[in-house]
Order: sequence, then C-alpha cells, then structure tokens
Amino acid sequence: MTTVLETNSLGKRYRRRWALRDCTLAIPEGTVVGLVGPNGAGKSTLLHLAVGLLQPTSGTIDVLGGHPADGTAQLGRVGFVAQDTPTYAGLTVAKHLRMGAWLNPAWDEQLAENRIQRLGLDPRQRAGSLSGGQRAQLALTVAIAKRPELLLLDEPVASLDPLARREFLQDLMEIVAEHGVTVVLSSHLVADLERVCDYLVVLAASRVQLAGEVTALLASHHRLSGPRRDTSTLPGNQEVIEESHTDKQSTLLVRTDDPILDPTWIVKPVTLDDLVIAYMSQARDVGPSRPRALEVLQ
Amino acid sequence: MIRFALLQSRIQTVVGIAGLAIVAVVAAITGPHLVHLFDTNVAPCSQRGNCSGATAGFVANDHLLQGGLNSIVLLVPALIGIFWGAPLVARELETGTFRLVWTQSVTRNRWLAVKLGVVGLMSMAVAGLFSLMATWWSSPFDRANMNRFSNALFGERGLTPIGYAGLAFALGVTAGVVIRRSLPAMATTLVAFIAARLAVAFWIRPHLIAPKIQDFALSLATTGYGSSNAGPASLVPNPQSFPNAWVYSTQIVNKVGSALTPHFVAEACPRLAAIAGGPGPGSGSASGSRSAVLGPAPAGVQSAVGDCIAKVGATFHEVVAYQPASRYWAFQWYEMAVCLGAAVILAGISVWWLRRRIS
Repeated sequence: MTTVLETNSLGKRYRRRWALRDCTLAIPEGTVVGLVGPNGAGKSTLLHLAVGLLQPTSGTIDVLGGHPADGTAQLGRVGFVAQDTPTYAGLTVAKHLRMGAWLNPAWDEQLAENRIQRLGLDPRQRAGSLSGGQRAQLALTVAIAKRPELLLLDEPVASLDPLARREFLQDLMEIVAEHGVTVVLSSHLVADLERVCDYLVVLAASRVQLAGEVTALLASHHRLSGPRRDTSTLPGNQEVIEESHTDKQSTLLVRTDDPILDPTWIVKPVTLDDLVIAYMSQARDVGPSRPRALEVLQ
Repeated sequence: MIRFALLQSRIQTVVGIAGLAIVAVVAAITGPHLVHLFDTNVAPCSQRGNCSGATAGFVANDHLLQGGLNSIVLLVPALIGIFWGAPLVARELETGTFRLVWTQSVTRNRWLAVKLGVVGLMSMAVAGLFSLMATWWSSPFDRANMNRFSNALFGERGLTPIGYAGLAFALGVTAGVVIRRSLPAMATTLVAFIAARLAVAFWIRPHLIAPKIQDFALSLATTGYGSSNAGPASLVPNPQSFPNAWVYSTQIVNKVGSALTPHFVAEACPRLAAIAGGPGPGSGSASGSRSAVLGPAPAGVQSAVGDCIAKVGATFHEVVAYQPASRYWAFQWYEMAVCLGAAVILAGISVWWLRRRIS
C-alpha cells in the first residue's frame, strides 16, 4: 500500500511546550482519515506540519514523497482548508476563484464554477457576508479545484450546524468518489467523522494514541463484562484499554487480535465513539510522559 | 501572483489615484498664476538688484496652499508606511488568511517578494508623483526663497520623497511581520519612521558629501564686531551669502586653524576695545549667537573696526564650510539611495523573518 503521508518521531515545540511529540504515522493512499483528539491535542499542528505552514522541531515528515511546501509543485499537490475556513472578507466568491486560478497552475475552472453554482453561492457576494457553512464550502472549493492528491481539512465542520455539517460531509464524499483524493479531516468529535472515514488516528496529549483502519480497529477491540476480576489475570494477548469495576462486576475494553474464549465474559462489539473516548481518557490518565508503541495492526 | 497582489491592493490604488488627482487639479488651477506673478514681480527686480521687498510680497501668496502641499509631501510617506506597509502581512497573519494563501501553489518567499514589489513600487510612484507636483507648483517660491537645502524643504522636493516612501513602506512591512498585529505595527511604523527621518536629516545628510571649504580675507563688508551670548566682544564673521547653498559654519581662524579669541582682539585692537568697551552705541553687542552685525555706528567706531580688521586680518582669515547649490541634485540622489538601500535591507529582514520565525 502506498503511503501519502509518513511521519517519523515528528515533534513540534512552541517555546517550552510540545504541541506534538514522537508522532509516527503512515497514512495509506485513497483513504479518508479521521484525525480525532481533544482540543489542543496537536491536530492542527500535525496538519500544519503536513502542509508546510510549520516546520518540525524534531523528526521527519514526508508528504507524497516530498517535503511539505517545498516549491510550487509540492504545494499544488496538497489541498488545505484551515480551521475556521479563512477567506478574504473583502473579496467576492468570484474573486476567490480568480485567486485560485492565478495561484494554482493545475486549477480546474470548470470544477470550481460548477461547484459554486451547485452550492447556490452568489459569485458577487463578499466572503465576509457568507454564512459559516457557505464559507466552508467556498474554502473547500478553492482547495479541491487546485486538483490536489491529498486534501487536509482542519476541523472543517466545527463551526457548522448539524444540517450544514451533514451536507458538507456528503459533498466531501462525492469529491472523494469522483477524484480519488486522499482526505485527512480532523475533529474533536468522532461522531462527525464516523460515517465518512475509513482510517482513524487518535491524537491526545500531543501524541498519537491509536491509528489504524476503522474496520480493523473495531474488530480488534471488545467490550467485556462479567463477574468482578483482577485485570492482571487476563491472558497476555489482551490489553486493557479501559476498565471499570463495581463490587460484583467488571467492565473492560480490551484490544486483542485473537478471539476471546473465556466464557465468563459477555463480549460486545465497541463503537468508534467508545474506542476514541477510551484512548483519549487513557492518555489523560497516563499523562503525556508515557510514550505508547502504536503498531495496532498491519 | 502579481495579479492577485494588484487585486488585493485595489483600495490603495484607488485612494492613491484620488489623492493625486485632487492635488493635480488644485496645482493646475493655481500654479500658472504663481509663475506669472513671479515673472512680473520677482524676476524684473533681480535685474535692479534689491529684491527683498518684491520677494517678501511674492512668497506671501497662497500661504495655505504652500503649507498644505508641503505637508502632503511630508505626510504621504508616513501614511504609506502606516496604511500600506504595516497591514500588508500583519492583516493576513491576524485574520488567518495566510493559511489560505500560503497553501496555494505559491511559495511564501515568492508571495512576499511579489507583494513587496507591487505595493512598494506603487508607494514610490505615488510619493514621487506628489513630489513632482509639489516641486513644480512651488518652483516660483523656491526660486524666490533660495533655500532649497533647508530642512523644511529638502525632504519635500525632488527625489527624496520617493526614498522616504520606500523606507516607510519597508519599515511598515517589517514591523507587521515581526509584531504580527496591524494596529501595534502601524504605531511602531510611525515612531520608527519619524526617528528615521530625523536621523537622515541631522546625522546622515550632512555627511553624504564632504563640505566645500572656502577662505575669505577679512573685510568690513563681511566682518562685524560684537559679542555673542554676552561674552567678551570680538570680531564676528557675517554670514556669507551663497544663494541656495547649505552653509555649515563660518569661522575666523589663523593659518594653523585656531579660532580667533576675544583676548587676541583686545590686545591687537586696544583703541577699539576702549571705544566699544562699555555697553554703548556701536558695540554691536547683538544677543544672537551669530548675528552680531555691526549696525549703523559712529564714524569713529567704524574706522576703529576697520583698523582692527586690517590688523587681525594680517594673520586671520574667514573660512566657510558649505555645500554649494550645484550639489543639490547629488544630495537628492544620495539621500534617496540611502533610504532605498535601508528599505531593501528591511525587506530582506522581513523575508527572512517570515521564512524562519513564522513556522
């Protein structure tokens, strides 16, 4: 499988605070990647590093086989929509498309105009007077019409209402289907991404907590409940991610690639939401000092 | 990228053109009349010799417009620095649009280089045109006043405003890149630009070219007797009259360059000291520092001063350090070059800063 984004112990420090540490990731081509984590987990930092807005403090990052923002060609291959979808408030929708055409050699005029028309945006309207959803659509249009191979979206739906959120993501899926572009989109809510992503990266406390294909992640994690039991008595191939105990009962979230054979357990599948929450709270409890090896599955 | 830079600076373009148009109209309406007044009042009198009356009358014309136009040329570079330079990058950083534009297929260096080039050239062109109009409109006054080197005018005529506009713009951009906020960057630009202008006028300009040194023998016409600041009386040089020149200093010195002392005068001219010793008529004890001009004095004092000048003049002479009027354009070019050189250095700093520090 070809990787489009590969990082190796990537780190970024602002003065004394690490925004991202020891990030080792390989994102396969043709996937829709959900980058999930609480606010301040380093999601934006990772995306900014990938698009060359930031330079790493340590480690390496390789995007589509090149260095981020290393020249016109590399910039043209990566589309980016920043958080809060910045646009020039004083410029009209049409002028934003002009900008895209002037600044990108591979600009697809037809694609851009069709999208604007289909979305019902008035080309003469200033971006400053657009609604949040419309602005996000405009920013996405500019990012997609440059015909990138990799599209990075930083919290694209955070400021949208539920309906606009749904429309935006649906639209995004159509783009993916049509152009075969690899997409990474970040959110602090997994619910936003559940329906669209097939690869998941959980970032928390400046580190990668979990990364892998969604189906594989769901298959390898189980919710176990049964009589109260000390977790140290579990088989070695079962790693406890989350545990809660009452006087009589234990509920665990375990990861294992092997079947669970112990008949005392009631085994239930986990939801993506459970998984993300479990890993995020684990990161919070353990704190940022403990590095986790994260070869979940290959 | 050039087209996008032009699109982004469309408001500046409109404001610049509107300002230029207004000044052009006012200058075109009032200018020809001033030329006519100069030709009929000031020009003929110079053949007769004494022009002071006609000149004084002429330069009082359009006083408000003269001041207004000079102020415009003085202010335009500062306004360019504040309103065009400082927000150029700071606004993009403030509103987050740098994340949009730096992720198009244009490198950060090229983006800044083009913006600096387009808006910088526009700044210099606007300031240059304002200066051109001011220089043309004021030329009758400047010819009558003969003070082209004065601090009040040198930076408001000819080429220097172009240099100042470039410098102010670069100062603004650099402040914006470093501070990353429009408003503080604008304030910083204003302060830095005022400091830069003062530094150029008082520290740099006098040293651009070594002054010309010229010696004159002492004579009654050029030398007076008096004291400065209530000190002991001595022979004092009258300012030499060099039209449009910039006189640095006028001194009475001997062959080895030592200045004339009151003590030497008192010993060499005992008769003069006796006559004018007390605070009486003819002592010419002017209170100003240099304007100790020998006023209408009794004949006895006149001849005593004459004798004294002859005696002192045997070993002392008057030496004047000055920039002749012919060097005016050399100074204009040098000052513009110094400012634009500083602007280029500042532009380099902003490019470096944007690349290294904002990442």
